Amino acid sequence: MEAWSQFVQLLFSGLTVGSIYALVALGFVITYSVTGILNLAQGDFAMLGALLCMTFVNSGMPFVLAIGLSIAAVMAVGALFERLAIQPARRSSVAVLIIITIGASFVFRGIALLAWGTDPYALRPFTGHGALEVFGAVIQWQSVWAIVISLASFAALHLFFQRTYIGKAVAACVINPFAARLMGIDIRKMSLGAVAVSAGLGALAGIVIAPISGASYDMGMMIGLKAFIAAVVGGLTNAPAAIAGAFLVGLLESFAEGYLSSGYKEAISFGLLLLVLLFMPNGLFAKMTGKRV
Amino acid sequence: MEQDQRMADGWKRWLLLAGAAVWLGLPWLVFGNNYVLSTLILIGLYALVGTGMTLLMGYAGQISLGQAAFYGIGAYASAYLTAHAGWPAWLALAAGAVLAALVALVVGIPVFRLREHYLALATLGFGVIMFTFFKEWKGITGGLNGFFGIPPIRIAGVPLQSDLPFYYLVSLFVLAGVWFARNIVRSRVGRALRAIHGSEVAANSLGVNITKYKLQIFMLSAVYASIAGSLYAHYVTFINPDLFGIVPSIYFLIMVVIGGAGSVWGGLIGAAVYVCLGEWLKAVVPLLLPDAGGEFEIVFFGLLLVIMLIYMPNGLTGVALKGWRRFWKTGWRRQVDSHKARSIGGERG
Repeated sequence: MEAWSQFVQLLFSGLTVGSIYALVALGFVITYSVTGILNLAQGDFAMLGALLCMTFVNSGMPFVLAIGLSIAAVMAVGALFERLAIQPARRSSVAVLIIITIGASFVFRGIALLAWGTDPYALRPFTGHGALEVFGAVIQWQSVWAIVISLASFAALHLFFQRTYIGKAVAACVINPFAARLMGIDIRKMSLGAVAVSAGLGALAGIVIAPISGASYDMGMMIGLKAFIAAVVGGLTNAPAAIAGAFLVGLLESFAEGYLSSGYKEAISFGLLLLVLLFMPNGLFAKMTGKRV
Repeated sequence: MEQDQRMADGWKRWLLLAGAAVWLGLPWLVFGNNYVLSTLILIGLYALVGTGMTLLMGYAGQISLGQAAFYGIGAYASAYLTAHAGWPAWLALAAGAVLAALVALVVGIPVFRLREHYLALATLGFGVIMFTFFKEWKGITGGLNGFFGIPPIRIAGVPLQSDLPFYYLVSLFVLAGVWFARNIVRSRVGRALRAIHGSEVAANSLGVNITKYKLQIFMLSAVYASIAGSLYAHYVTFINPDLFGIVPSIYFLIMVVIGGAGSVWGGLIGAAVYVCLGEWLKAVVPLLLPDAGGEFEIVFFGLLLVIMLIYMPNGLTGVALKGWRRFWKTGWRRQVDSHKARSIGGERG
């Protein structure tokens, strides 16, 4: 019974973390698909979202308004980042673009450090501190929220890409940028939109995880890197696979921490990254393709 | 034309000589001020890592987001072998360098099959994994508490404990490192590397063994970093894993971008600018923002990185070279061009 409840506990914590990674990973996939850029500052959007939301809530704002406002603010930051750092360097090599996003990540971290200091902050859970008991395992309501919100976001995004005009335009850019341009779709606008939407997803992820693991200026890097592993494990341009990859990474980490040792958690997920990169560079779920150059 | 070239070459020689004189005389200029000396030593150590990375980025066109791991391998190898195993420091330094080269070989063989962002990611993953080992392998590294009591390096039985001799030791290593890198760039390997940078497919079809050359340069850059790490360990006598994580790797990257990966001097210049700017920020920013704590300087370095890459992708040496060439508008231009590396990662096709 003891073993069973521990298993359920680890399963839920893996799903919780996995859903956070999935939100951020989805941002990676959208940005990468539309712009071809691997945005290593993606995790810092989560950090900014969490810290902003915490500040708004502590200033007495209603929770829902605070969430909406912080997501909007981070989306604006994302748009600004796209215009100031990505657009001017569009013609640069892939390596230069990656380093630029690392630079942007440092800027976000540094600004957060100057604004909020080094201490971690707590955000109160969305609905009280209560917990749910399932098979002897204690599940915080916030974990349930995390999983539900991320699943709802995936559904909303799916509808957005399938049903709305803008969504279809973005999807067209992903499939064939050149043809999309011939059809009169403004790729630069799409790129701006993609980065902004990714930033918003990141912010949401940060806000959802903050009541569980706190918010601090340096939380972005690890969330970003893990989400990044998830996206690579899933295959960088395949959204459902990236989500599956995120849950895989979350569960792997959670069980590794529970059954092995917490210290090596990082090494295990990054080891997975290396294995996937080396043996299946198109992701675990990729169909075999003929291209091999 | 020819006369101009000879004049330019003469100037270059004088410039190098003057630089060397300043470098050797610097401690006397600052009256042996220990703060300045230790800053110069730090510049020298980073310059070593940077020179190796310059070769890797500028000439082999590969980026490494985990270079601090090799710095760490050197530091821990020296620390463990001298403090616990009782090896002489020089032997430990050499052993660290061999170990770093071997690790680079083992990591590099599979990793260099990858391209562009996947390669960057793989080096990042490698950096995180090595950092985890430094943190968790407590029996050897001392874990997060750090490794204390590393004995000083000895020359002819005399321990180097003060800053002044250590400054000269490090600067000798830097000069040797830059000289060696310069020779590499002008050798067969250098030509092959530039060919890879220009077009991998073309180089490959001409019979250049791409993977072999990339691997060799990767191993060489690991050796540079490892030697710097060993010297660092003996200099400060205390190390902890935080010095060898991902953020330090990014700092090394920033140095190379500032200095410019297109010249073997890029590492040294980048390290000097990085360290001086960092020290200056630490002195100035708290005056303006009294609450600023922690690593606040990352804002400035982040901005600098973005701005440099957008407006000056070849770094300071790139700008200097351009100015120099405009100054001597002569026929030797072509010759210099052939020794010049492209910007990081080449242009996007």
